[in-house]
Amino acid sequence: MTDLAAFAATVDEVLAGSAQRVDSLPDELAYECEPANLLAVATALRDHPALRFEMLVDLAGVDYLDYGRTEWKTFSATGSGFSRGVTRQGGRPLGAVESEERPSGRRFAVVAQLLSISGNRRLRLRSFCVDDEEPIIDSLVGVWASANWFEREAFDLFGILFRGHPDLRRLLTDYGFIGHPFRKDFPLIGNVEVRYDPIKQRVVYEPVSIESRTLVPRVIRHDNRYDPALIEGRGPANG
Amino acid sequence: MAEIQSYTMNFGPQHPAAHGVLRLVLELDGEVVQKADPHIGLLHRATEKLAESKPFNQSIGYMDRLDYVSMMCNEHAYVMAIERLLGVTPPLRAQYIRTMFDEITRILNHLMWLGAHGLDIGAMTVFLLAFKEREDLMDCYEAVSGTRMHATYYRPGGVHRDLPREMPKYQASRWRSQKDADRLNEARAAGLLEFIEDFTRRFPKAVDEYETLLTDNRIWKQRTVNIGVVSPERAMQLGFSGPMLRGSGIAWDLRKLQPYEVYSKLDFDIPVGVNGDCYDRYLVRMEELRQSNRIVAQCVEWLKRNPGPVMVADAKVRPPRRENMKGDMESLIHHFKLMTEGYCVPEGETYAAVEAPKGEFGIYLVSDGANKPYRLKCRAPGFAHLAALEEMVTGHMLADVVAVIGTQDIVFGEIDR
Repeated sequence: MTDLAAFAATVDEVLAGSAQRVDSLPDELAYECEPANLLAVATALRDHPALRFEMLVDLAGVDYLDYGRTEWKTFSATGSGFSRGVTRQGGRPLGAVESEERPSGRRFAVVAQLLSISGNRRLRLRSFCVDDEEPIIDSLVGVWASANWFEREAFDLFGILFRGHPDLRRLLTDYGFIGHPFRKDFPLIGNVEVRYDPIKQRVVYEPVSIESRTLVPRVIRHDNRYDPALIEGRGPANG
Repeated sequence: MAEIQSYTMNFGPQHPAAHGVLRLVLELDGEVVQKADPHIGLLHRATEKLAESKPFNQSIGYMDRLDYVSMMCNEHAYVMAIERLLGVTPPLRAQYIRTMFDEITRILNHLMWLGAHGLDIGAMTVFLLAFKEREDLMDCYEAVSGTRMHATYYRPGGVHRDLPREMPKYQASRWRSQKDADRLNEARAAGLLEFIEDFTRRFPKAVDEYETLLTDNRIWKQRTVNIGVVSPERAMQLGFSGPMLRGSGIAWDLRKLQPYEVYSKLDFDIPVGVNGDCYDRYLVRMEELRQSNRIVAQCVEWLKRNPGPVMVADAKVRPPRRENMKGDMESLIHHFKLMTEGYCVPEGETYAAVEAPKGEFGIYLVSDGANKPYRLKCRAPGFAHLAALEEMVTGHMLADVVAVIGTQDIVFGEIDR
């Protein structure tokens, strides 16, 4: 058993089923836990003498709305494919859904990268928000102080609410900004544009005047070299 | 009349010591800071979202523009994340080139930091001296990539091209006599490696020069000793990395502890501070300048002796050679596909981090198997540092805020992203 596998076994033992190891690169550790367990899991990861993840290096929101969707069908290929005719509506691609429908409660995730300085280990902890419409999850600020701004950022960009966060304000977007720009249904070109109005003598906001374009369509190609079934050493079992 | 207890002051966003576009809302009691609320995002360009709408290779250039004083290190993390998912390892020569340029970048960054930090708290001369050396390193960037700052030099699978055998040269002009130009061109007669070698020989002297100006300088010490003290426990809680963490006495450096590229084969030391104040962080960075110089010298040595490829041979990742495209159908197809569509990265997620000059610069990359990233998150070291600004300055004088911002080595390109 490799060093990492032994460590993963320790983590499994400490967490006792409250978080599951998920698929990752062979030299990485990734866990997923129910949002209800998040605080308990995080505290255990920080405080248990065998784990000691003292540092939260990064916390990212992820919106899985379009995961596995493409703008260009490539399997049944080329009859219409080369037209570059990507159908769009309101800046949102309508491309074929090649993956099965995503179950509810699997849209917004919070992904934390943890680091144990004393043990020289990394671990990725992911938790999905239960509600897709109003994503809310426990804040990690009480466990790692560095979560403060990272959670503010995730709130700002994805609209994920953090229960128990001391100061949940927008961080990166403009004062008075509407919407959460990193959501997949937020158009890349935005909704409003600003310009200086010489008559009003101030900056005014107007609906965008440009049109959204796709220069390179998003495609997923099947590649035998990357077929998980054909690659050894990937997946939790082989850790 | 009621006595005014405290008042609120706006620091920035247009303030020379704010290092860019930081708006800091300070609550002051006399000159003592009670509260500090940084307002960031004035430089927010949604780099991550833009990257999600482009094929992988087209975003390398965006990475330069994150932390725009340590350009190649940002590229490095991004390229490494893609390589991890693709399962590609660059050739050894490319790894040495990357290591060398990472360290050149570290020197570039620390010189910029040294100059700006000095300027912020009243030392003008060191700024001018630091920029003299910086100019030479910028020329190395130019020689290898064609641009002086935003290089876009690293590629998944290696680097764009091998080191050039020629350096750009100075020309005589109305402002520079032929004699001066010849003197400046002396070190540039041979190739890039010889020029860098010459640089590594004279750089330790330059660092000595900076140190004579500052290290024992009474004013410098009054401004930095015991300012912005962070205990090791707090530093970890606050997610510090790089010199900020080492200044607090924690010997943590990814180059040593989670080595990437060829760092494990090189000989260098990691300086660690004791008190966790601005002065210790200054000393740590000064020593890092010397250590980086050592690493660069070792890389030059190796690179001089070992020619070889600088890019993987995998035709699905690297564009074909120009001459092959003219006669070979396969190459033409590969070129067309790579340029119009890019390559698809297998489904999965990864976190790749490098020890950037400012701390841990990480890329969290989620791919769903498409030719564009599904989610890209840049973990910027400065973001965590700035988040701790309030804690570091509360109780200090207004003038110390400037010293703390300087010691954090803030660059808004990476914080706002």
